[in-house]
Amino acid sequence: MAEIQIKGLNDFSRYKSLLSELVRKDIKKKYRRSVLGVLWSFLDPLLRMIVLTIVFSALFHRVHNYPVYYLSGQLTLSLFTGGSTQAMQSLVSSSGIWKSIYVPKYLYALSSVLSNFVTYALSLIVLFAIMLVTNSEFTVFIIFASLPILILLVMTLGVGLILGTLNVFFRDIEHLYSVFCLMLLYALPIFYPADILPEQFKFIQTYNPLFYIISCVRDCFYYGKLYSLNDIIIPTIAAIILLGIGIFLLKRYQDKFILYV
Amino acid sequence: MSKKTVIEVNNVSMEFNLSEEKTDNLKEYVIKLLKREIHFQSFWALNNVSLKIYQGEKVGFVGLNGAGKSTLLKIISGVLKPTKGSVKVDGSIAPLLALGAGFDMDYTGRENIYLNGATLGYSRAEMDKKYEGIVEFSELEDFIDVPVKNYSSGMRSRLGFSIATSVSPDILILDEVLSVGDLSFQTKCQERMRTVMSEASMLFVSHSVSQVRKLCDKAIWLHKGSIIASGEVNEICDQYEAYVKNL
Repeated sequence: MAEIQIKGLNDFSRYKSLLSELVRKDIKKKYRRSVLGVLWSFLDPLLRMIVLTIVFSALFHRVHNYPVYYLSGQLTLSLFTGGSTQAMQSLVSSSGIWKSIYVPKYLYALSSVLSNFVTYALSLIVLFAIMLVTNSEFTVFIIFASLPILILLVMTLGVGLILGTLNVFFRDIEHLYSVFCLMLLYALPIFYPADILPEQFKFIQTYNPLFYIISCVRDCFYYGKLYSLNDIIIPTIAAIILLGIGIFLLKRYQDKFILYV
Repeated sequence: MSKKTVIEVNNVSMEFNLSEEKTDNLKEYVIKLLKREIHFQSFWALNNVSLKIYQGEKVGFVGLNGAGKSTLLKIISGVLKPTKGSVKVDGSIAPLLALGAGFDMDYTGRENIYLNGATLGYSRAEMDKKYEGIVEFSELEDFIDVPVKNYSSGMRSRLGFSIATSVSPDILILDEVLSVGDLSFQTKCQERMRTVMSEASMLFVSHSVSQVRKLCDKAIWLHKGSIIASGEVNEICDQYEAYVKNL
């Protein structure tokens, strides 16, 4: 029976400028006071790629063009783990604001995902540069990568909202999730070929929607072909379900946040 | 001219859980759940509060610590949802509930003006027009490109007050934020409330009764979550001061 009616407060257009301010802030703060600035976005994946290529390309020598294989997977996974982690933390770290001014809390999660997407878009430059250097073929299918990436963004937001809501009540979710993200890195074929997994462990891949996303992105960038319908439908359904759960949890519990932060 | 009602609070009650066993991590929660130690200790911060505030009214809230003043303001600004009752607000709100709330500490004063403006629902272009006025009123010209974390509490409240009043809200909510500014700034604020904000309503919480007398024309006395008295500011403040003296 408790209700608050405040005119225009739920109007999204009112918060469009806040959303763009928040994305701008995330990016600005990420690179502020670092000498290399935006270069970090390029340097970080580049250095990882060099190390892993040296270590693993001999081991997995049947993977041709290992750098492009690795980068296309790693960048995509980083978008997910980085975005969902930041979105999760954003609900608590923005408490100073929503404790004193009414703002829709999902905005903070959404802006975290979007700012990670900007970083991702920048790091794609590295991928393209490596593709150029290694003489990879640029096919028209690269454009089709935007669909799985869009689905990934939805999924990232959903997971971010779910974990963010839990994180308000149980602050150790953050630590658990960082371990989980590390497990994801090893469970997904990022730096090894997908088929090295024995048959009895295949479920690690088939039950992981991220596996399909990475396959789709790799199809576009690395194999230069279109992904299968199956590979795109499974993560789409997963993303919609995850976002649904996230919105439901946030709606249900957001009024209690202030009592726990 | 009949003034329209901008805020209507109907039978609002607010319950808090005071339980000391409150946990904020999963590990403790599971352990306590297993040991059946999750308690619920209820505390009513507000009991059946109803009030109406009309356009242009300047209302001061007085009362001892824990009377529910801040809780009530939080409910009106939409930050806290009441356990029972309803709140209707007709107009834009600019709340200044805490010092530097809505500021990003690593951001400079300039960047915070735009960020805070956006939080209140104003776009970059709109804030561009108000920017000069905000800086001038806050007297922070020399510090505007310094990160806000290096500001003193007085400087933060000056900037916050300048932004909140420059966006010309219908309702301004001030919770103990003016007390940190120096005397000349407090006078300036009062001046501004009389001129720029004369059409706006204001809700003001302060432990300084003299400030309430200066800034408000109506006062509401809260005690343990209920309204004891409301009416003309000097009348209520006299009653309240007499009560405090006899404690």
